[in-house]
Amino acid sequence: MAEKIIVHNLKKSFHHLDVLKGIDLTVNEGEVVCIIGPSGGGKSTFLRCLNRLEETTEGQIFVDGYEITDKKININKVRQNIGMVFQSFNLFAHLTVKKNIMLAPVDLKIMSKADAEKRAMELLNRVGLADKANAYPHQLSGGQQQRVAIARALAMNPDVMLFDEPTSALDPEMVGEVLTVMRELAADGMTMVVVTHEMGFARDVADRVILMADGVIAEEGTPEQIFENPQVKRTQDFLAAVL
Amino acid sequence: MFQSLIETLARAWPFLSVGFQMTIQIWAISIALGIAIGLISCLMKLSRFKILRFIANFYIWLIRGTPMLVQALVIYFGMPQVIPGFLPSPFLAGVITLSLNAGAYLSEIFRSGIQAVPIGQTEAARSLGLSSARTTVKIILPQAVKIAVPPMVNQFIITLKDTSILTVIGLAEIVNKAGQYVNLRYDYFETYILVGMFYLAFTSLLMLFAHFMEKRLSYGRKNNRS
Repeated sequence: MAEKIIVHNLKKSFHHLDVLKGIDLTVNEGEVVCIIGPSGGGKSTFLRCLNRLEETTEGQIFVDGYEITDKKININKVRQNIGMVFQSFNLFAHLTVKKNIMLAPVDLKIMSKADAEKRAMELLNRVGLADKANAYPHQLSGGQQQRVAIARALAMNPDVMLFDEPTSALDPEMVGEVLTVMRELAADGMTMVVVTHEMGFARDVADRVILMADGVIAEEGTPEQIFENPQVKRTQDFLAAVL
Repeated sequence: MFQSLIETLARAWPFLSVGFQMTIQIWAISIALGIAIGLISCLMKLSRFKILRFIANFYIWLIRGTPMLVQALVIYFGMPQVIPGFLPSPFLAGVITLSLNAGAYLSEIFRSGIQAVPIGQTEAARSLGLSSARTTVKIILPQAVKIAVPPMVNQFIITLKDTSILTVIGLAEIVNKAGQYVNLRYDYFETYILVGMFYLAFTSLLMLFAHFMEKRLSYGRKNNRS
């Protein structure tokens, strides 16, 4: 199986605060990796390093064979293959749903306008929001906005999808619709790294669960190992608190 | 009273119409220059280079911290004493004063508009592979303009009213011309009411324009956050 993401000894400091203290991780093609752990443990920072929204302090990251920690690499090109979904959706407020999805493929000259529109409608059908194509983001519920955000990321045909707490800003009754879309994506074989507090989702969908705390990977394993039989005290404490 | 207003308008028209044209002319030129100066100093303020930020901050500090009346006096009467060969007409001195003034305030309006666009918008665009420049053009500026329109129009209105200050350097704008007229006829009340009505009519037009722009840019509602 091809290795999609390789992280080697990743460290990240903000001024004098060490947020990541040496992370090693490999994600294989088609694998779904869920990262759980306490707030402030470095989960989101780690995820944001994977497409260089955060500059790293030390270590190497390879995505799709490109070393994104190399300053000379064309990061914009590499990012085209890495979709990202944010906690706060971040849909472009001045564009309709359809135009949100079409923007990147058209602006980066990957698709013609007509093709991008066709693709946008396909994706909207897939996330069940074709009837909202001409609505503006603020006219949608949080769950709908997040489904559009997923469609927007998919429009670039990425190899890898990063999810940064995609359901944390949602009302409880809307969490399900977003997780359903993510489950389908995982079933289709997408390589996914998901930072989440949804333990049910991690247990059901993840191939591997990682517990990150205090800037290190405290424990990793299959969902069964982590949830049924955690070995490390940090994991046991965390699961005792959240489950 | 309406009768006497009409009569004064007819008598004062040769004066007021000339002043009216001058006011509009110097306002339009100064606003255009002020927008350019404002954009440049805004970019300087957001620049990575400390020296550019310093120059922009100094300029804004100086203009915002002093009365425009004093600035006009310094530029028209003061500068010729220290800069050999610099003998500006009231019009040129007026354009310099007004555009420097509008530029300083517009700079702050542009900066706050750009900085009011949530950082998540930039991150979303960059994560899709857009360059910093394309993100600015396609995502940041369209949203910043919408945020900046109401305070921008507000500044246009202030600058229009500020043209009246330039009467002290002898610019033949509408207040100045009205003064010339009343020295001949003494109908102060009607004349200055007419001058006030002129400003009110023009600022009302600007407010209507602002309202129209806000509606056009509202994407179906008044505020967009996420």
